[in-house]
Amino acid sequence: MNVSRRQFLWRLLPLIAVMTFVLTGCGDETLSALKPKGPVAHEQLFLMGLSLAVMIFVFVVVMAIYIYVLVRFRKRKGQEGIPKQVEGNHVLEIVWTVIPIILLIIIAIPSVTATFNQARDLKNDKDAIHIKVTGHQFWWQFEYPDYGIVTAQDLVIPVGKKVAFELTSADVNHSFWIPSLGGKLDTNPGMTNTFYLQADEPNVYKGECAELCGASHALMYFKVNAVSQADFDQWVNKMKAPPAVVPASAQKGEQLFKENCMSCHSVGVNGLSFGPNLNGFASREKIAGILEHNDENLKKWLSDPQGVKPGNKMVLSNKLTPEQVDELVKYLDTLK
Amino acid sequence: MAHAHVKRYSGIMDWLTTVDHKKIAILYFTAGGFFFLLGGLEALLIRLQLMYPDQHLFVGDTYNQILTMHGTTMIFLAAMPLLFGFMNAVVPLQIGARDVAFPFVNSLGFWLFFAGGVLMNTSWFLGGAPDAGWTGYAPLSTDAYTGRGTDFYVLGLQIAGIGTLIGGINFLVTIVNMRAPGMTFMRMPLFTWTSFITSTIILFAFPAITVGLVELMFDRIFNGNFFEVSKGGNVVLWQHLFWIFGHPEVYILILPAFGIISEVVSTFSKKRLFGYSSMVFATILIGFLSFMVWAHHMFTVGMGPVANAIFGIATMTIAVPTGVKIFNWLFTLWGGQIRFTTANLWAIGFIPTFVIGGMTGVMLAVPPADYQYHDSYFVIAHFHYVIVGGLIFSVFAGLYYWWPKMFGRLLNEGLGKLHFWTFFIGFHLCFFPQHFLGLMGMPRRYFTFMPGEGLDEGNFLSTIGALLMGVGTIVLLVNIVATSVKKPHAAADPWDARTLEWSIPSPAPEYNFKQTPLVRGLDAFWKEKMAGNKEMTPAEPLGPIHMPSPSILPFIMSIGLFIAGYGFMYRTFVVSIIGIGITLICMLLRSVFDDHGFHIEVEELQDKGAKA
Amino acid sequence: MSTAHHAAGALPHEPEKATLEGKNKILGFWFFLGGETVLFGTLFATFIALRNQVPEGPTAQELFNLSTVALSTFILLTSSLTSVLATMALHRHKLNALLGWMAVTVLFGLAFLGLEIYEFTEYVSEGHTFTSSAFSTSFYTLVGFHGGHVLFGVIWITLLILQGMKKGLTVVTAPKFYVAGLYWHFIDVVWVFIFTVVYLMGKVG
Repeated sequence: MNVSRRQFLWRLLPLIAVMTFVLTGCGDETLSALKPKGPVAHEQLFLMGLSLAVMIFVFVVVMAIYIYVLVRFRKRKGQEGIPKQVEGNHVLEIVWTVIPIILLIIIAIPSVTATFNQARDLKNDKDAIHIKVTGHQFWWQFEYPDYGIVTAQDLVIPVGKKVAFELTSADVNHSFWIPSLGGKLDTNPGMTNTFYLQADEPNVYKGECAELCGASHALMYFKVNAVSQADFDQWVNKMKAPPAVVPASAQKGEQLFKENCMSCHSVGVNGLSFGPNLNGFASREKIAGILEHNDENLKKWLSDPQGVKPGNKMVLSNKLTPEQVDELVKYLDTLK
Repeated sequence: MAHAHVKRYSGIMDWLTTVDHKKIAILYFTAGGFFFLLGGLEALLIRLQLMYPDQHLFVGDTYNQILTMHGTTMIFLAAMPLLFGFMNAVVPLQIGARDVAFPFVNSLGFWLFFAGGVLMNTSWFLGGAPDAGWTGYAPLSTDAYTGRGTDFYVLGLQIAGIGTLIGGINFLVTIVNMRAPGMTFMRMPLFTWTSFITSTIILFAFPAITVGLVELMFDRIFNGNFFEVSKGGNVVLWQHLFWIFGHPEVYILILPAFGIISEVVSTFSKKRLFGYSSMVFATILIGFLSFMVWAHHMFTVGMGPVANAIFGIATMTIAVPTGVKIFNWLFTLWGGQIRFTTANLWAIGFIPTFVIGGMTGVMLAVPPADYQYHDSYFVIAHFHYVIVGGLIFSVFAGLYYWWPKMFGRLLNEGLGKLHFWTFFIGFHLCFFPQHFLGLMGMPRRYFTFMPGEGLDEGNFLSTIGALLMGVGTIVLLVNIVATSVKKPHAAADPWDARTLEWSIPSPAPEYNFKQTPLVRGLDAFWKEKMAGNKEMTPAEPLGPIHMPSPSILPFIMSIGLFIAGYGFMYRTFVVSIIGIGITLICMLLRSVFDDHGFHIEVEELQDKGAKA
Repeated sequence: MSTAHHAAGALPHEPEKATLEGKNKILGFWFFLGGETVLFGTLFATFIALRNQVPEGPTAQELFNLSTVALSTFILLTSSLTSVLATMALHRHKLNALLGWMAVTVLFGLAFLGLEIYEFTEYVSEGHTFTSSAFSTSFYTLVGFHGGHVLFGVIWITLLILQGMKKGLTVVTAPKFYVAGLYWHFIDVVWVFIFTVVYLMGKVG
């Protein structure tokens, strides 16, 4: 086999190997933009596919010429003389200017259409669910003004309905991203951004912060619980209901909570607080967005919040003793 | 007339005081090469941390420091200096000049860059490096959210940036005013053309970041309110200022690379560049359009559909002149006699790699698709394909191509091919999977990822690729060391090339051209060779050659600003005043004591075998 | 390269362009002014974005006194005229006239600076400080940068006058005088924009 064909295969092999590895699966059902679960993500994937297809066509044309040229015109042993010096070719220049312009127009038209389509402001749409999102270092606050609910970290939405978001930040720039449902939009302090998403399948989708925001930028996950309309209504009622009576076993913990935590965290009141609102905390998927929700992890979080999420704002003025932590955990477990 | 005092230094003083563009080029390559290794080390640390999910090698703020310094170092302290190295080494020779227009300012540009780079890296030892990303978005980068590390970013970049700006002006004047007789603009080699357009972009883009950094500095140090929301400031303003600079910046990086490819491909296919006028026009168009697209970095900021649509379409248009270039290179190779030297391997490897980067660039230009891609590993894959695959591959091509002209030695071809294959394969292995990582939901600037989400294999492969790139880089270093111990033996024209730099000895003599050459057409040297001449026809009689004097002032001026930087960072303004004072006094001395230079006499030239 | 500065007899017609170094300096300075244009343009863009952001402190309408500013403008514009007269003297090879007009330019520059410092102290006493609001920070940065440029110009031209007295008018010193004139015209043009965008538009609201 001559040198250039060998070179070509050497280049192709690793690419194929990589693609075999990586393309198996195309990612997680609840996280991958390649597995869209709502109309916005579907439209965005379509545009990705269209632009990729056009670009692959260009790549194939370029590579065909490339491979031909390298094989056909490589200097052979003993070849002498000087090849014909060609200044250029007007026709070719026009061809490879005009054709790319046409290809770009093919991509541009649906792109512009989708850009305007996805920018529709649903603030006054009565059929949409309205949610106000505030990004914090390093957690997410969700307010449902139509229902008078404030919660954090777990976003509950009904399947099949448009969800209109109003996004802002309490501190630095964050970015609100649920890849399964659609692209992201930044949450900036001092301004409000709006967009909409929709989930078509019930599942628990993963949400991420997508703008560098400090030490725990990588730990600022949130969950999107897409449920049936009935389940959503049930959740709303539960959140609006007055807090359940605290059982005796948890009353010590409740007292500790009132002394140490209430300055930042609200419970049983749908108000905004410095730290996450803990209504329904015990039902949340994760602790602090990243730890599996169980007692052991809760103890870990309460004993050393900085170790779990460096730079986060939960700094206790008095460190809790292990016994106090246990009592608090008992109380927090009652917040269903 | 000869001047009585001919100040000539040797050893370290020679390098500290030189105003010779060829030596300044070597300074840029050495410093840029060092920072490239530093940035590469930072990259390896990132990839090691991300090799497996949920690792704890470098987490939280430490990781943010590493990623910030990786980006900032690679772009400002490695890529830009390497390009300035090439511009210095090659442009004056390609236009038949004896030096750049302002040799003193040339030296100042280098020392300012170096001072800024060193200042920024001392942060590692002084409380922590900057950690708000190379993009330094406010308000994260204000003093409300990040510590002194960001001061190092602000001051270091400001000082280095001034160096770049004056370097740009220098090359603009050099190319306009100092071309040899007969070299019209449309007879300039492509590398000189791209250096010219690049210098124009530098001139108009750097002031924007200068202002941005001033505003951030004022907010951090003097309690300003540019980005202070509670006092009416606007955080998106930073992003506009940064990207109005930042997007042209990446074209500053890639245009000289395009120039190198044009030279290498042309020489090693033994053909003139196909479509020269189109190539020139495409370069100018790319330079112009580079200022029209900055907000494609801000599609998710909330500017609204009209802005997003306009910037999306503008971005797509840049694909057209870029595509024109790719086709013109392919048709230069067409019908040629292609030699696969290491320099040309890099140029050939560049073509598919850069095209892939360009493809993902067009994909990113679609705003709603970008809402998914933005700030994910897809973007990281894209820009590494164009910057590493585009710029760094071209830098390697240029190194192997022009090494003999700079050092009088040829880099070893065997080691060169090993360097190429390990780095090339390692590169694709590292960055191709990252497209998929991004699409599968992995954001950028994340110090870890969770197991069981489909991200494990891609990250692992990517790290292996990075390690392989490290191996390739080591092979290059071995090649450089092994070559440097040999005696200089390279011919003036080892590649049978086409442009003026190959008509003088290797390495180039101090004065470049014994007699300024007469240029009779495009590819001036090739034209003479085809007419049967072994040398260029001179455009002037043999005579004493006037040379600029060396000076220690640029070095001292840079130290002055370096000191001033610390004064600002530590809020001790007396120190700043002293530092700025040192710089201003040096400027005064430079103005008052005119440099009459010195002459190299005809006898010295004739000793070196010149004809009268 | 050039030995003209040693030649006895008449200076060439445009002495600043008689040598390659001179031509390079002039072209280089024009490019530098291009970069400065973008610099000030960016400062203007920032100012325009933030000029109505006054949660605290007096607004532009309340602050600005157009008659003071009109006087500063007149002074600076006149100094540009005297700078032109200096350059004309340069071309007529009249050293004393050149130095004289440059000195007058410097005096006008100092007067402008004095007025501006007075203006700023008034503002500070009215509660418009650097840290009051986004408007105030961007105001002081833009107008202050311009003032800094005027100050640099004043010092530079003064030093050139001293150099001129010592070395006279030669093909080496001529480009320096010429380029300083370009600089002075540039900062005058910037002032015209400041007067319009900051003060006039501020007053109108």
